[in-house]
Amino acid sequence: MNTSLLIESVRVRFPDAVSASHAYRGDATVVVVPKYVLEVARFLKEDPALQMNYLMDLTAVDYSTFGKRPAPAFFASSGVAVRPSPEIPDEDPWPGPPDQSRFALVYHFYSTTHKHRLRLVTPVDEADAQVDSVTSLWPGADWLEREVWDMFGVDFRGHPDLKRILMYEGFDGHPLRKDYPVNKRQPLIGPTN
Amino acid sequence: MNTLNDTSFLTSRLNEAIGWARKYSIFQYPFVTACCGMEYMATACSHYDIDRFGAGLPRFSPRQADVLFVVGTISHKIAPVLKRIHDQMADPKWVVAFGVCTCTGGFYDNYATVMGIDTIMPVDVYIPGCPPRPEMVLDGLMKLQDRIQAQHTTGNRPTRETRPDIFNA
Repeated sequence: MNTSLLIESVRVRFPDAVSASHAYRGDATVVVVPKYVLEVARFLKEDPALQMNYLMDLTAVDYSTFGKRPAPAFFASSGVAVRPSPEIPDEDPWPGPPDQSRFALVYHFYSTTHKHRLRLVTPVDEADAQVDSVTSLWPGADWLEREVWDMFGVDFRGHPDLKRILMYEGFDGHPLRKDYPVNKRQPLIGPTN
Repeated sequence: MNTLNDTSFLTSRLNEAIGWARKYSIFQYPFVTACCGMEYMATACSHYDIDRFGAGLPRFSPRQADVLFVVGTISHKIAPVLKRIHDQMADPKWVVAFGVCTCTGGFYDNYATVMGIDTIMPVDVYIPGCPPRPEMVLDGLMKLQDRIQAQHTTGNRPTRETRPDIFNA
């Protein structure tokens, strides 16, 4: 199934859930309202035409400082193009970060049967950082959701054992949040810096 | 060992003999956490022949080891484990910081990484490099042998005044 068909099939099935979509160089993305995530995910997995039986990745983005300071342009003086060539058409461009929400959860699905993939993005508010867990559909989501909880502090409703996976017990805060101080150290032993 | 640091002829000869015996029977404990481990393995294999330094037999129990090789990035999460292994080793013991991450933290400057293992335990020999070449590891091993010969265990550092011979060598 090609990108436009993928997006269209989700849109037709969930007209209220899909708030935006875009496709770039063969990668389709649907932006879904948070409360529909589990429903849409179940549809993606169980629909015979889609059969997304493989959750490739689940991660999050903190957009709180996005666009507020210039990006460190590592390649600026090297002659390497940092933007894609204008000769490559981008008719369905990225709509930009979610307006209000601080975080975005990103799911990458793949179908080993149909060999197609789809990215699902859902905006998550800081005040109500809670999303339904998809561990009931893909058991592999267990550790991925624990990692998102550990690094970003996004809560997953219905997760069997939501606890830190990378950092240790007693670690305070979520280190990949943009407001985590870059110099803050919380060692278990030894000096603080 | 302080009782052996006498100036009399017999004890100083005995001192040298013990140092000589120890420096050619280095039983290492490799604490390998990251990519430097590949370089450690390359050095430990037959091509570089560390058996000629008597360091050919790694021991995987801290109770049987003399030298703790800390190879690779140490995170704050693993730091208590490393400290405990160091505590479990019998005296006399030595510590080698292998690779720049163990020396200073390397290019990691973040919430996860220990900024040099000498913040949590004494270190005898630093081998910087990312990763260090085997020649550098062998050089560090020979420097460690010099220290063992001089009977300076970890925490008991030689100074220019106490051991002019090794500083001027």
